[in-house]
Formats: sequence, C-alpha cells, structure tokens
Amino acid sequence: MKYVDEFRDPQLITRTASEIRRLADPQRHYRIMEVCGGHTHSIYRFGLKDLLPPNIELVHGPGCPVCVLPMGRIDDGLAIAEQNGAVFTAFGDMMRVPGTHGSPFQAKARGRDIRVVYSPLDALKLAQANPGKHIMFFAIGFETTAPSTALTLMQARALGIRNFSMFCNHVTIIPAIRAILDSPDMRLDAFIGPGHVSTVIGCRPYEWIARNEKKPIVVCGFEPLDILQSIVMLLRQLQEGRTEVENQYQRVVPWEGNRPALKAMAEVFRLRPYFEWRGLGFISQSALRIHETYAEWDAEQRFRVPGIRVTDPKAAQCGEVLKGVLKPSQCKLFGRECTPEQPVGALMVSSEGACAAYHTYAHRKAAEVASYS
Amino acid sequence: MCLAIPGKIIEAVTDRTDFAVVDVCGVRRRVNIGLLENEGVRPGDWVLIHVGFAMSKIGEAQANDQIRMLTLLGESEAAMQEIEGYGFGELEPPRES
Amino acid sequence: MRPLVEGVLPKVRFRDPQIEMAHGAGGKASRRLIEGLIVPLLSEHPSEPLADAAVLDIEGRRLAITTDSFVVKPLSFPGGSIGDLAVNGTVNDLAVSGAIPRAMVVTLILEAGLPTEVLEIELRAMAKAARQAGVSIVGGDTKVVEHGMADRMYITTTGIGELMPGVSLSPKTVRPGDQILLSGPIGDHGITILLARGDLELDADLRSDTRPVTAMVQALVEATAPGLRWMRDPTRGGVASSLNELARDSGAGLVLSEGRIPMRDTVRGACELLGLDPLHIANEGQFLAVMAPEFAELALRAMQQVPGGEEAVIIGEVKEGPIRTVLCETPYGGSRVVDMLVGDPLPRIC
Repeated sequence: MKYVDEFRDPQLITRTASEIRRLADPQRHYRIMEVCGGHTHSIYRFGLKDLLPPNIELVHGPGCPVCVLPMGRIDDGLAIAEQNGAVFTAFGDMMRVPGTHGSPFQAKARGRDIRVVYSPLDALKLAQANPGKHIMFFAIGFETTAPSTALTLMQARALGIRNFSMFCNHVTIIPAIRAILDSPDMRLDAFIGPGHVSTVIGCRPYEWIARNEKKPIVVCGFEPLDILQSIVMLLRQLQEGRTEVENQYQRVVPWEGNRPALKAMAEVFRLRPYFEWRGLGFISQSALRIHETYAEWDAEQRFRVPGIRVTDPKAAQCGEVLKGVLKPSQCKLFGRECTPEQPVGALMVSSEGACAAYHTYAHRKAAEVASYS
Repeated sequence: MCLAIPGKIIEAVTDRTDFAVVDVCGVRRRVNIGLLENEGVRPGDWVLIHVGFAMSKIGEAQANDQIRMLTLLGESEAAMQEIEGYGFGELEPPRES
Repeated sequence: MRPLVEGVLPKVRFRDPQIEMAHGAGGKASRRLIEGLIVPLLSEHPSEPLADAAVLDIEGRRLAITTDSFVVKPLSFPGGSIGDLAVNGTVNDLAVSGAIPRAMVVTLILEAGLPTEVLEIELRAMAKAARQAGVSIVGGDTKVVEHGMADRMYITTTGIGELMPGVSLSPKTVRPGDQILLSGPIGDHGITILLARGDLELDADLRSDTRPVTAMVQALVEATAPGLRWMRDPTRGGVASSLNELARDSGAGLVLSEGRIPMRDTVRGACELLGLDPLHIANEGQFLAVMAPEFAELALRAMQQVPGGEEAVIIGEVKEGPIRTVLCETPYGGSRVVDMLVGDPLPRIC
C-alpha cells in the first residue's frame, strides 16, 4: 500500500529505534504523552513500546472521542431516536458503548432500528432513500470528523432533506490538552501531537504549548516510522533545550490547516459554553453545537432532549488514567470488573481507549516483558 | 477521529464536482472532495480519506523527503561508527535539518 | 501425553440477560454462551475441550459427527451462496477433525414469500458442492416460517465422516516448537460478505473463498499423521479466535509472524480502510494445522502440491509462554497480543 508500506519498512524502523536509543539520555526519565487515541492504537498495534528504551515512557492522552463521551449523552441519543421513531445511525465505534440501559447494539437486539454507517453521508443517503422514516445521526469525533458532519448538514439543507437530523457530540482537542497541562499531577516532558485533527486545524493552535507551557510538541502521523521519527524529533528538542511546534506529518498536514473545512465548521457549528467530558469533568468552550440556521437538522433543537446525567462509579479511576497520572493496570477495576467486553469506565469502551488498547494488545505479555514500566 | 487512509483518485463523478471515486488497494468508494476544492483534485492524485471525505492531498515530495531523512539517520550513524573505528577521537555527527 | 499446563481454568459463567448478535459472532461472547450455559446443561463431559466435530467410537469404528447452521445475508455473494457454505462448512468441520466426510443431512427453514427460483438456485448449489466434495446428502427436513422470520432462508446440516487412520488430534498434544500452518490467504469470505451487504458503499473484486479443504487435509494426514497435533477451520471469529481457543485449551503460547500471514491486497485495503483486524475476519476455505517441527516442511509440501494449496505457509510456532496467549510479532522486533474477537467486527473511525 503506497504511503503506508514505506512507513512500515522494518530496516528504517530499526534504524530510527537505534537513533532513539542513541539520543535518550540514560540519566533521564522521559514522559511523553500521545494525545490522540489513534496514536495509542498504533503504538500497541505495532508493538512500538518494545522498541523504546525503558527510560522513555509513553503516557496515553485523552484524545479518544468515544471514551470522553458521557454515558448520559448515549442515553439521550437513544431516547431521542426512540421517542421520535427515528432510525439511530452512528459509526461502528459507538455501537458497543454502554449507556445506562445498555449499548446501541443491545437496544438493537431488543428491536430498535439501529444501523452502522461508515460516513455521515451514508446516513443522509438513508434518509433520501427512506422518506417515510426519520434518520438521526449520532455525530462524534474531534475536529477531524467535524467538517464531514458540517458538509453533510450543508448538503441536507441544500437538498431540502427534512427527515434527517444529527445529535452533535463533537469535541475540540485544545481544551483537552489544556486540561492535561492544568492538572496539578501533570509531569510530562513533551507531546506527540494529533495527526489528523491537524489536517483540519493546522499546527498553529499548538503554539501556546511550546511558547507558554514550554513543552515540545511534534505533529505526528500514524505509521510506526511516523511515531518513531516524532520521538526522535522530541528527544532532539529536549536535548537542545528547544520548545517548538514541529510538523513530522508534512506529507498530509498543512501548517495553516484546511480552509474549506474550517469555513464549513464556522458556518454550521458554534462552541458550547461548556461540555462534560467523561473522566475530566466540565470543560469550557470544548464542544460544538449546531447553529440555529441549521436548527431543523439539529436533533437537540428539533426534539426534546432528556438531558440525562450519569456519574461513573467512584471506583473507576478513568480521570487519573486519562491525565496520565495512573497506568491502566494501576486502576483497581482494570481487568477484573472492567474489561473490553464489560466496560465500566470510559477508557475501556473504545478500542483506542488507553485501557482497552492495553488490555487487548499488551497486558498478558506484560508479565513476560521485564522492561515494561 | 483518527482513522484515515491514503487512497488514489481514479475517476471523477460525472454529475457531481464535489465527489470522486477513490481506490484503496483495489477497494473503491465514492468520496466527497469538497474539502479540497481550493486545491483541485484529479485522477492520479493521492488523498487521505476519513469517513467518506478526502481530508488532504498527500504530498509525494514530502513523503519522499521524510523517507530520505530517515534513511540518512542510519547512514550517518554507520559513518560515525566507521570514523570512531579509526580512532580519531570524538567527532560531531553531521547536523540533519 | 501430559498437557502443557495443568490446572483448572476459571469457570465461565453466562450472566447476560438476553441473547445478542455478539453471541453469534464466534468470539468471546459466543464462548461465554456456549461454555457458560449450553455445554453445562447439555453435555455429559462438560470439561472436554470443544472441537469442530465430535469423535465417536462405535464398536471400534471411529466416526466424526458435526452440526452447523448457516445464516448469511445476503444469501448470494461473489464466490458463492448459502448453499455452498452449508455443504463446504460441514465438510470442512469433518475434515479438520481428521475425518473423510461421507454423508450429511440438511434442514431448510424457509421464509414464506421466498421465491421458488431462489430456493432452486440454492438446492442446485448444494448438490454441486456435495458432488465436488464427494459427500452424499442423504436426508433432511423442511420447515416454513412466517414472512419476516428466517431472513429468507436458514440451513442447518449434520455431517458424518470416518476418521482417517493414524489421526489423533487434541490441543493437549501441542508442544513448544510445534509449527503453525495456514492453508492460504485470510479474510476473503468475511470481507466479501461485508461488502456485499452494501451498507458501506465499498466496491472491490473479491470473492468468498468457500471450498472444501478435504483434499489438502487428506494429503497432510497421509504425509504426516504422526506429527499432526490439531486442526481447525477459522470461520467466524477468524484465525485469532481459533488460535486463542487452542492457546487456552493447550495452555501454550502461540507466536505468529505478521509478515508471513498471507492476505490479498483488497482484503488488506478493506481492513485498513475500516479499521478491522484481518485476523478476526471469517474464512470459509482455509484451515490451520499444528505440526510437530520435524514434520513441518513435509506437511507444507504436501499441502502445496494439492491444487488450491499452493499458498500454504507456516505462520508461527508454539512456545512455552506467555501461557494461553497468542502473540503476533512484527518484522522489526515489536509484538502485540492477538485477542479473541469480542463481538462482530465493526468498522471504526477512531
């Protein structure tokens, strides 16, 4: 696969890993956070931790839009669809996330019309094909996915498709990073920056991290070489005392971001004054709602929203794991009450959540690998 | 949020200028290219696809540069080791940008 | 032979209040239902490891018996249809139990409103598949259910076969050093079905790999029966689920080499696009075999010489640990645990 295989070249990976070992100061313990759940997934999938020296610790960040979605919002989405006889559509990632009365798939097993879509455009197409039904799309994701939601809404409006609405749960990445940096327990040296979010927002939004918080950040791709190269770049910054935003993912990320995407988002969305993040609490200006111009396609403006709030069990230590204070295996519920099959907390519900990724890809071998810290 | 994959635009869609057909290893799908309207997208271009939308054009030059830089990593290290083997003492490695 | 790891596995309990699709996906949820509810209530020997077929010793004659059900939407897809799956699936369960498939009986559950033409197509497909597999369809049953049930048509089969001489398969015979063989490329069937459903609007030149694997298994048994430890056909749940079952039942650690696992480009492309793990995708024309190391090369050659077996390959080996775990190693020194599927593989965006 072009633009994939080259970045999985075993020889280059070995060389880059050697460079990391060469650069890492043996007297120092590095804590590098990868913000994005996709990076967490890649790190585990490609076994990258095995290639790093023991004094480089990768801390998993909160960039998993499924994980940070409060359970109450799933309840709300399912309730809106049920109360209005609507077809509930969402990405596959959402289907096994438990709400108070079970996940969307469990609701489907009880007879509700719930369907997986690959694209919001497919949900819109479903609406066009089924004029007698109302199709509701449960929108999630950071800024990577928000433009797609925006363009779909613009199309719905342009085509006058009235039997279609969206329940918007888009969140923004910068407030999440800010919440991490503001946390009193935070001890991080550098950041592996979001890759695909940056194709939309560009690299400028991270400048305050380098300038004000004095932490290096490298915008990073998702293949093994991308992640290893970014670690090299971060180590060099740390060694040389620099704190800059660098773009490792240049083949795809434009420094200025994607103008049409930002324009579409500005037309369709507004920032909510605050939004609840599972595990992190309420964060201001961190989520998007649909603008009044598109009220007809906004499930929240068109239908009654129950506004269900569900608190996580106190024993679940998701917040601390999200902030990188605890490792997944250090949470008391990990692997026992809380597993990918029966998730209790936020980070177990999505395959890229720190706990789920660790449980699925690593924890049984951890006992065998002495170097895992 | 993060799963996006490179694909090659193989044909335009006749009635829609904001759509094109993309090919990922023989798997084909219609994708919306509206986010790339400023740059223009043509058959043969490689784009990054996420949930049925082309998010970015993939820069072949940048991709090649990255690979080249990484290839040099190993080479300069090998060169270093060779020089050290001659016993000339501590030498600074060449700076890569 | 003593099993690798002594000790009792924790008892599986089935506490789910209702049945869901995940319970049929061939992964963890399925295992919980089967081992936590069904086997304890139905089986006389609930602690025996479950295999694709049951081996019966009837007055010295060893027979294998298996049953299977076929529920697929759409009924017909590139490379085959439900009729092909029904015959080949049953034949393969018998073959990987070391038996020559001889006969099967078939139950048809038909939805009222199903066009006769469709039924006829499937019957012809089954007849053809049975001829090609060398198996006789000797009886069956038919029921019709109301419109809205049975997704047009369900087929269940029961197959019977004769154990080949010298065959003795059990997860308990697996030893460190044993080699893990795979008959050919993975993922063709599952991805074909996913694409054929049409919800993802993806198009590709891909066909189901449904076929009988009897000839390859026979060649393998004839050449290397004394070294053959275990076989399985990785259908729902994929290679990952089958190997996890072996790891669990044998106590071994299984280590795969990612670079050696064969896969068509289209399958790879679809998996990357949808965020699916190819090791979790169903196959209908492949099988796994674990061989003693001294027989491995011979086994491979035997399989490769059978038409359709050219792509057989060694994908990994059995190790002492980590116990009851399947690992996949990358070509550059990293590894990840390959877990059993939880529910149906779902396309993801994250």
